Amino acid sequence: MRTIRIGSGAGYSGDRIEPAVELAEKGDIQYLVFECLGERTVALAQQARMKNPDGGYDPLLEERMRAVLPICVPRGIKIVTNMGAANPVAAARKTAEIARSLGLASLKIAAVIGDDVLDACKDGDLEIMEFDGTIKQLGNRLLSANAYLGAEPIAEALTAGADIVITGRASDPALFLAPMIHAFGWAMDDWNLLGQGTVAGHLLECAGQITGGYFADPGYKDIPDLARLGFPIGEVGEDGSLVITKVAGSGGAVTAQTCKEQLLYEVHDPKRYIQPDVVADFSQVTVEEIAADRVRVSGGRGTKRSDTLKVSVGYVDSFIGEGQISYAGPGALARGRLALDIIRERLKLTGVASSELRFELVGVESLHGAEVSARAMPNEPYEVRVRVAGRTENLREAIRIGNEVETLYTNGPAAGGGAWKSARDVVAVASVLLPRELAKPSIQFVGRE
Amino acid sequence: MTKLREIAHSRTGDKGNTSNISVIAYDAKHYPLLLAQVTSERVRAHFAGVVEGEVVRYELPNIAALNFVMAGALGGGVTRSLALDAHGKSLSSALLDLEIDAAPDNE
Repeated sequence: MRTIRIGSGAGYSGDRIEPAVELAEKGDIQYLVFECLGERTVALAQQARMKNPDGGYDPLLEERMRAVLPICVPRGIKIVTNMGAANPVAAARKTAEIARSLGLASLKIAAVIGDDVLDACKDGDLEIMEFDGTIKQLGNRLLSANAYLGAEPIAEALTAGADIVITGRASDPALFLAPMIHAFGWAMDDWNLLGQGTVAGHLLECAGQITGGYFADPGYKDIPDLARLGFPIGEVGEDGSLVITKVAGSGGAVTAQTCKEQLLYEVHDPKRYIQPDVVADFSQVTVEEIAADRVRVSGGRGTKRSDTLKVSVGYVDSFIGEGQISYAGPGALARGRLALDIIRERLKLTGVASSELRFELVGVESLHGAEVSARAMPNEPYEVRVRVAGRTENLREAIRIGNEVETLYTNGPAAGGGAWKSARDVVAVASVLLPRELAKPSIQFVGRE
Repeated sequence: MTKLREIAHSRTGDKGNTSNISVIAYDAKHYPLLLAQVTSERVRAHFAGVVEGEVVRYELPNIAALNFVMAGALGGGVTRSLALDAHGKSLSSALLDLEIDAAPDNE
């Protein structure tokens, strides 16, 4: 049976680079996938592109490509990535330029375009899924609208001979599903195979999260050598059989436990994991350790894909102002609470306009709120950090929140130190469902034809 | 009594304003305990002050796991939340503090 090995070289845009180099050098892989595009990253990239028409792709593209191209090209390892962000064509041109500068033989580089559906959406009545309203009502706050494309255009680019395929918004598992469709000629309506391929893609897409990252809990779940965490390899057979593994000698571990945690990561109804190419069903999946750092994952299934594509809509939501300051030693908790009371009153007295405020003590209750925290931690901490954050309509008001916290230095409780403040605009994302036929993906080759 | 942490591990994921937490038995023999005691109602009560919406439980007997989907759990959504942990990644650890009515297992 034919088998391919796909390496996962990044789980998010800022991820470590050496594990990808290690995969390319020692992983015996045919495909290296970089998933680098978070939910709101396209919207931020769109803003960057508005300032610079040649920009708007992943800021680490150059560093990653320079690190892996000299290894991948001689070995014939194909690269698939969504580092194109808001400008896949510019990213492809940049990659061609990097390859030339490295003296590498001319590469066939494909950009997948058509995920940008802003024009098709912006004046429409598509309803926003997260809150009441339509895209049109976002008015001039609307920044971007990008459809989650499926595996088809990526697989087509590979079949047309692309060495590197660069996309913008595409579903994360689809980046991995595409090499399987290309290598094995899977039919785009073989729902069970596409479902099992989606299991593979989903397990691999967060890179280190299946090899022991986001997992270790000393005494309960110990993982060796996290500083040298190896990234995962999916060994996929043409019948969809799947083994998750990693480079021998790298840090981390692939176990039934790491695979189960990642299987359910960001999943809602496990019977209906909705993807552009298939509605995957994870409910019958089984996980079996067959050797050290080798886990077989079977039983993914699927049903027919939906008639709509999820579109990620980026918009200017609000501004957030924040301030922090620390107290320590005997009475730290009481001084921290006094500081919060002072800021509460000050924001009222000085008339700072905000729609939402948060007052908390870091080290006491900031992560899970007063109720959960009080139940779990009865003792007084040695040090606390006051944190106040507020949502405002403009930057000027946001700045005032952090300033009020800073004034505690000379106006607040005794011995407050390490004040810090920030004010920023918030680009948020929401979702709409777009009739599938309104997104028209296509492929543009850059470099050698 | 014991803590959920003694019999299960857990991971949090985020989508918009919804958080999901998996609860996975270390040993499949404890799956019935999870089914009986880690209910949507208890999880919702455990996260009082954090989760504003509904909590829905999905069961995965093949991997001895439960998946809790908690609406309104992320301060209005990951990309706009005022919270320090906007993704709610730390929520799984809080859930493992849940009390389970069972003898500690020393096997």
